[in-house]
Amino acid sequence: MKDVNQALAAEFGLSADEYQRVLDIMGRTPSFTELGVFSVMWSEHCSYKSSRVWLKTLPTKAPWVIHGPGENAGVVDIGDGLAAIFKMESHNHPSFIEPYQGAATGVGGILRDVFTMGARPIANLNALRFGDPKLARTKRIVDGVVRGVGGYGNCVGVPTVGGEVNFHPSYNGNPLVNAMTVGIADKTKIFLSAAAGIGNPVVYVGSKTGRDGIHGATMASTEFDADSESKRPTVQVGDPFVEKLLIEACLELMATDAIVAIQDMGAAGLTSSSVEMEGKGGVGIELVLDHVPQREPGMTAYEMMLSESQERMLMVLRPDREDVARAIFDKWDLDFAVIGHITDTGRIIVRHKGVLEADIPLDPLADQAPLYHRPTTETPAQAPLGSVPDPVGVMAALFTLIGCPDLCSRAWVYDQYDSTVGGQTVKRPGGADAAVVRIDGFRRAVALTTDVTPRYVQADPEMGGRQAVAEAFRNISAVGALPLAITDNMNFGNPTKPEIMGQFAAAVRGIASACLALDFPVVSGNVSLYNETEGRGILPTPAIGGLGVLEDAAHAVGLAASAGQSLVLIGDIAGHLGQSLWLREIAGREEGPPPPVDLAAERRHGDFVRSEILAGRVAACHDVADGGLLVAITEMLMGGRIGATLAAPPDTVPAHAWWFGEDQACYVLAVTDPSATLALASAHGVPGRLLGQTSGQDLKMADGATMSVAALIAEHERFFPEWMD
Amino acid sequence: MKAAIVVFPGINRERDMAIALQLATGHRPQMIWHKETVLEGIDLVVLPGGFSSGDYLRCGAMAAHSPIMPAIHEHARRGGHVLGVCNGFQILTEAGMLPGALLRNAGLRFLSMDCHLRVERADTDFAGHYQTGQVFRAPMAHGDGNYFAASDTLDRLEGEGLVAFRYASASGEITNAANRNGSQRNIAGIYSPNLRVLGLMPHPEDLVDPLMGGIDGKPLFDGLAAALAA
Repeated sequence: MKDVNQALAAEFGLSADEYQRVLDIMGRTPSFTELGVFSVMWSEHCSYKSSRVWLKTLPTKAPWVIHGPGENAGVVDIGDGLAAIFKMESHNHPSFIEPYQGAATGVGGILRDVFTMGARPIANLNALRFGDPKLARTKRIVDGVVRGVGGYGNCVGVPTVGGEVNFHPSYNGNPLVNAMTVGIADKTKIFLSAAAGIGNPVVYVGSKTGRDGIHGATMASTEFDADSESKRPTVQVGDPFVEKLLIEACLELMATDAIVAIQDMGAAGLTSSSVEMEGKGGVGIELVLDHVPQREPGMTAYEMMLSESQERMLMVLRPDREDVARAIFDKWDLDFAVIGHITDTGRIIVRHKGVLEADIPLDPLADQAPLYHRPTTETPAQAPLGSVPDPVGVMAALFTLIGCPDLCSRAWVYDQYDSTVGGQTVKRPGGADAAVVRIDGFRRAVALTTDVTPRYVQADPEMGGRQAVAEAFRNISAVGALPLAITDNMNFGNPTKPEIMGQFAAAVRGIASACLALDFPVVSGNVSLYNETEGRGILPTPAIGGLGVLEDAAHAVGLAASAGQSLVLIGDIAGHLGQSLWLREIAGREEGPPPPVDLAAERRHGDFVRSEILAGRVAACHDVADGGLLVAITEMLMGGRIGATLAAPPDTVPAHAWWFGEDQACYVLAVTDPSATLALASAHGVPGRLLGQTSGQDLKMADGATMSVAALIAEHERFFPEWMD
Repeated sequence: MKAAIVVFPGINRERDMAIALQLATGHRPQMIWHKETVLEGIDLVVLPGGFSSGDYLRCGAMAAHSPIMPAIHEHARRGGHVLGVCNGFQILTEAGMLPGALLRNAGLRFLSMDCHLRVERADTDFAGHYQTGQVFRAPMAHGDGNYFAASDTLDRLEGEGLVAFRYASASGEITNAANRNGSQRNIAGIYSPNLRVLGLMPHPEDLVDPLMGGIDGKPLFDGLAAALAA
């Protein structure tokens, strides 16, 4: 074993200052195991040392919020005595090194964060970003990640109901895999992680501990370089079968009164779960590692404390219920071991083979963790775009856009995810702006979405952050659900660069302002920094996972239009082409400011659309987002395999800007009585406009341009199968 | 009809199946843990979908040797009804209760989408509420649904009228395009010689409520409930 000194600390990812702080706390040179504990607890991944000062500014409260950030996942009251428990988390770095296992264990980890609080997981979503599709490496990563997400989610039997897939060269060496899980629990039976009860047994359940994932949290806190491939051993290997057993066994145990506290072993494994449980409870812990179920002989204390082997949980039990608990885990053929007990020392003490391997005071480990107020520089404002001529015409541009990698059909992806298991999926992937999943035994349903437009965030981080939240609000409103809360997954570059930290700070400001204006607080989240490869950062990507509620799942509407309907625009189209997909795909430019987000208009328009849906006056609804108005309309027509005749745009806006500008706070409604909708909109001070009628098999523009919907569908569905199979 | 759902470790569509059976019979089916050894007073035994033992060996291979299996063999030998869906179908083939095997899908990818099934015969206790030749929709969700058997076995199945459902187009044609997983002769489900054991890959239990997109799967359960009414 190596000598413990500053050089080893540096190898473990601790700075000289941080190592000095360790020496001060310990009053001596720490042991090898102790240094390992400090280094993972103080890693960016576990300590949020660069982001905490900004995250604290996010709005986290509302009357319906039961638990905000700080627990394993956020908890909101959704009515009928039910709580929705949800969170999104990244697994970016492992997914680059080993796409299948990286993505699979990302799903497994977020599932545990949710069921550890007492919820049965009812839905998975994800937000995936990949590099340039022209690169062979991108194809390999997409294939592995999609197989990994499906391989894990399908096996555990939690439907994967929604998500995002996008491409940009900035993700070439650093794909993003953000996984979200939503669970449902009795709101009076939420399980927390704060340990209590001096002498209570500390119990380990689940998979055995192996040597996989050691220092995974540290890996996730550094940039990639040419040696990243050699870090493959730090990627964990998932076992969704054991996870499924663990879900059932834990839920069975949670129906008893045996559990005092429970926490999954995620990043930094046994170290972080025990430190967090005892830290929150203000107690101490003594662990005897000889009792830890081990996959192989000869493991050291250091390896066991830092292993990130998957599918493991740590619990504090009532001593008189140990037998009840053991019987349940025996039934499910899962390991169950008492590995320690709660103490009143305020210290974590680790023994192995009769040797004292670690003895660390818990308070300073948490309270004196590094906290950085890193320098920031503001992202310079983009120059106005000015007028951009239309080089190809509206119909040709539409054909190109609906077939491009960022707008084409994602069916190839979601057809590999089981979206129906559970029998409660009301709106499947591709069928609506948000996934809708009913609660078994109730009329009530949740509406779920993941959203962010990274190119907007890059151009204007504050506006981009605001837009991500607004789009989640829109997607939930567009199915008729009331938006309740979000989880945020902040994926950014190297925080020691002021321009990156400036992006982060501004994006948080934008998110915060939107949360406040839309009554849509942040209840959980995750930060992934150092998303850079060889010095090049990703587009800043604060992915937002949104949750809303419908009192009656039968009220939900999808996006597919059908014959004999009128298409009505709600909102104002000014023709904003800056940072639009039209500008990138048709004019070949990535420029200009992103579309401005008027939060008051978002609120007003969203509330109006929702009330119209709940009144039963809307047959289908889709928000205007990537690609603009004509892409939104075309998606509704393709969904219903129906044509439409569209009215001419107003004279005040150039046709291509009207149809492809990415103006915000806009929705397209398919209705049977457009005059009633428009009159009500006007009465509510909401802009509305009749766009056209559905009929026939063709999309017909006012200038006579025509294209068959079948041809549009063929082009829309072409990219993924051609590219991947 | 008294129905029991066998819960093998790793099964994940037992709750879906319970919902469908309850809709048809008005009461919750019994759940039977795979380590039990006795089946008493049961008309219909259901082996649901999922990933028993993770499907880490061949799909269904471990479950086929569970402690409950001798009782299921005995139930079938006595002429009792058995329904195996998805992993349940795989378990029935691994247990030798139905011929053939389910291989990896031809495209080597998991397939999750609706398919159309053509009812090959309606004069059974399972298909009595459908019409022969009728086409109905059902979600499928599997990585190993590619039905394979030797050609003489396939000839025998067809000759004896033991093919239950075939993958078809929406209008009922038996095409390659409709046969996404590559099954021999588009076979999606087969019966035992006494027509009391049915195995099929798609999930009629996930299409029994209009809110979930349709009730195409409901006649299967209604038909069973009617045929097996005490």
